[in-house]
Amino acid sequence: MNGPFFINGWIGEEASLIFALFIGITFGFFLERAGLGSAKKLAAQFYGTDMTVFKMMFTAIITAMIGLFWFNQFGWLNLELVYLTPTFIAPQIIGGLVFGVGFIVGGYCPGTSCVAGATGSLDGWMNVLGMLTGILVFGEFYPLLESFYNATPMGELTLTDYFNIPFGVMVFILVMVALAGFWASEKIETRLSSKN
Amino acid sequence: MPFLSKEAEPYWNPYLSGIGLGLVLLLTFLVMGRGIGASGAMTSVVATTASVISPHTTAANDFYQGYLGDGTVSPLKDWLVFEVLGVLIGGFLSGLFAGRTRIKIEKGAAITTNRRFQYAFIGGMIMAFGTKLARGCTSGQALTGGALMNVGSWLFMISLFAGAYATAWFVRRLWV
Repeated sequence: MNGPFFINGWIGEEASLIFALFIGITFGFFLERAGLGSAKKLAAQFYGTDMTVFKMMFTAIITAMIGLFWFNQFGWLNLELVYLTPTFIAPQIIGGLVFGVGFIVGGYCPGTSCVAGATGSLDGWMNVLGMLTGILVFGEFYPLLESFYNATPMGELTLTDYFNIPFGVMVFILVMVALAGFWASEKIETRLSSKN
Repeated sequence: MPFLSKEAEPYWNPYLSGIGLGLVLLLTFLVMGRGIGASGAMTSVVATTASVISPHTTAANDFYQGYLGDGTVSPLKDWLVFEVLGVLIGGFLSGLFAGRTRIKIEKGAAITTNRRFQYAFIGGMIMAFGTKLARGCTSGQALTGGALMNVGSWLFMISLFAGAYATAWFVRRLWV
């Protein structure tokens, strides 16, 4: 029984939706547990007083990445079948910058605004409303944005392909980068929190 | 229920919560061959609403069409829509068990509630725009693509931190 189970036909459409609900519940649960349903805690990342966003995000990324590496090694999961969002350099860099501005102005990202709303934050629901409106604006202006949206296409591209280094080495490098980031986060947090 | 009135519990350790989230993400890859998301579900809701209000313009719009499917099933019967419903349930339950689910408004001490609502709304609009340009958010791009070592996702992630850090000083009165 090899993964991905859904793509290989081991589970059907209905079961996949029940699984989606289960995954969502655990996802929302862990976000809330770590405090990422709180706008003040999320915003504190960008003032250096609480680096939970970075710590949790990068721990999750390297945990899943190491898991993917071993699943692939053992032949449990065919990574060729896992969906990879195609790279479009310019819109993804500009989109990221715009997203960052919205994040610090609104205090949430899409997933965390849902968690905030679910735990009773009215500002979380305002953020969700703003996002739905923003998506509508994007959709209505899409004909004008289409050429930039599709600019600088690189196709499905991973860091291992791009730098042409082995999968395991790339995992090792990114884990080291994350560990250095955690060490720096702890330092910055201690310094800036004691100042206040 | 006694836990409704109790004091809010401390948050869990961010690294342990991160490992939990990482394992959830890994399981999603193994079972579904895709990662998690959030903004995609909101786009399905918007595309569905737009198609009900003005079916002709949405039919001619490739962006909406990508979320509406071939019309044989409801576009809301979608993996991400179910996942985000789960996020709402999971967040609600976690907050409830920890004494944190209650009606509240989170804001810095220096601004009024009205102001906070305005900025939450505007921030959401800006963020949605960035998300759509980048083909994903912190869940679908940063977490999912980050773990898959997707070049575009890493560019998005670095840019989002850069954008937020560059803006933080100008909006500090919202938070500090």
